[in-house]
Amino acid sequence: MDIRFNALSLNLRGRPVLQNISGHLQKGKVTVILGANGAGKSTLLSCLASLRTADSGTVMLGDQRLSSIPAPIRARRIGLLPQQADIHWEINVRALVALGRLPHQGQWRKWGGESADDTAAIAKAMAQTDCAQFADRKALRLSGGEQARVLLARVLAGEPDWVLADEPLANLDPAHQMDAIACLKDVAQSGAGVVLVLHDLTQAARIADHVIIMKQGRIQSAGSCEEVLTHDQLAQAFGVSVHIGKDSTGAPIITPVSRAEIASAA
Amino acid sequence: MKRHFGILNVGLGTALLIVMMASLMAGRTWIPFAEWLSGDLRSMIVLELRLPRACIGALVGAALGISGAAMQGYLRNPLADPGLFGISSSAALGAVTSLYFGYAVSAFLLPVFALIGAGLGMTALAMLSGRSGSLILFTLAGIILSSLTGSLTSLLISLAPTPFAASEIVTWLMGALMDRSWDDVKLALPLMAIGIVLLLAAGRNLDALTLGESTARSLGVNMTRLQWFIVAGVGLCVGTSVAVAGIIGFVGLVVPHLVRPLVGHQPSALMVPSALAGALLVVLADCFVRILPSASELRLGIAMAVLGAPFFMFLLFKMRREIA
Repeated sequence: MDIRFNALSLNLRGRPVLQNISGHLQKGKVTVILGANGAGKSTLLSCLASLRTADSGTVMLGDQRLSSIPAPIRARRIGLLPQQADIHWEINVRALVALGRLPHQGQWRKWGGESADDTAAIAKAMAQTDCAQFADRKALRLSGGEQARVLLARVLAGEPDWVLADEPLANLDPAHQMDAIACLKDVAQSGAGVVLVLHDLTQAARIADHVIIMKQGRIQSAGSCEEVLTHDQLAQAFGVSVHIGKDSTGAPIITPVSRAEIASAA
Repeated sequence: MKRHFGILNVGLGTALLIVMMASLMAGRTWIPFAEWLSGDLRSMIVLELRLPRACIGALVGAALGISGAAMQGYLRNPLADPGLFGISSSAALGAVTSLYFGYAVSAFLLPVFALIGAGLGMTALAMLSGRSGSLILFTLAGIILSSLTGSLTSLLISLAPTPFAASEIVTWLMGALMDRSWDDVKLALPLMAIGIVLLLAAGRNLDALTLGESTARSLGVNMTRLQWFIVAGVGLCVGTSVAVAGIIGFVGLVVPHLVRPLVGHQPSALMVPSALAGALLVVLADCFVRILPSASELRLGIAMAVLGAPFFMFLLFKMRREIA
């Protein structure tokens, strides 16, 4: 089931954060949302996850309005990884990842223990994100990057149709960034939809099937990497001029070079 | 892990039973097991005084323990206390009102007034914090309620018609389990049972809150509904315990705190052992106040408060070592 959002507008404290934006996100694809700080990326993501309700406009999951889907069912379909890692108790990693199964369990199920499906999904998610080796450690005692992987595993354990992640690569070292990208690509290839908010343009160019660039609450442009990740578009969105090249394997590299004075003229 | 929790619960349950048996024997007169059902005055003491008192102690301890576990999980704060939200002080205000007007001559009216106070407190808390499910609004509403009801209670004490009424109020506020009857058990049991079931039902949602409000909501947790469960559950548990035993602090704060490391810090796993350990602590403390050699019995609320200070001292030193 694809996600379509239509004419979304949202004001927060009198400031327009989303201004009449529409789009279509396809399952089985990785969509990357780019944009400068405050462009409305995270707000859009939270509208898509139904954490916020837009002042006007609709979000449709397949042919159902997202707001009409009961929360537990919605939670099974859409998994959200928020930007900020919030872990409040010293629970161990296995227990944290198991929280991802909550939408499948209901209020009382846990008291009867995990089902075989739960156990399998948790083990799979932990293997995918390379965190099985610290299953018994306290999540709070892990490094930032390890925590980020555990939190991603929590989302994957829920086996959602959609994975929405706000800067999932932010705390990862280069090797685990590549692992996480490969993992998210696998998730998309297995049929789920993946929507990522990213800041690293090179990573975006390497993972995205579809790119949305946001600026000041509007969608500046949307399309394939080739269509959207161009000098002009990036200069306009971020106010920087970029170098776009390829590495020896032919994979794209996008590096910001300098502040672009031409941004407003473009 | 699962088996480990099972062992903990069985262990605490067994310890509770043993301490309750001991509390039937202990007191000004020592009554050995053989004489419990002898049919004379001693068996009357056991069956009509000590047994209901032990039951009330266990109920109050369990209700306060599980309420503390739920509050700490809900606020994600290991120092949250079920008394913070003004429900216990609303219940106390209700009870004090009945003492002020001298209605407490009829034994049944004081707890009823306390329950009415707790009910009004819960309603006010729910209305003040609104439908947003926001933790900050909820905490603020609780602070408003507890300071308002606390000041009204002080006002009633200062305006008390006779010095006798004032001293009666002050003594009652200290909390105790003396002179409880089966009527109190009959009043408390169903209300606390409902409260405990509501809190147990919220357990998994509290687990989800471990990862913060947005993640919990994305996992399908309805924050507004969770708040109702917490207000109603804690309200019934704490309100009823104030109605039958006065204000007994410290249990709801310290018990979950001590039990938490034993259950892997998971809020839902903390609830049942906190209830059992709370019951254990209150019954045990009540045994001690009874056998202490003093002219009049030490109030249980005071005994608990006396225990509190060294506990926090220990906590402070432990934290200082960790920070250093």
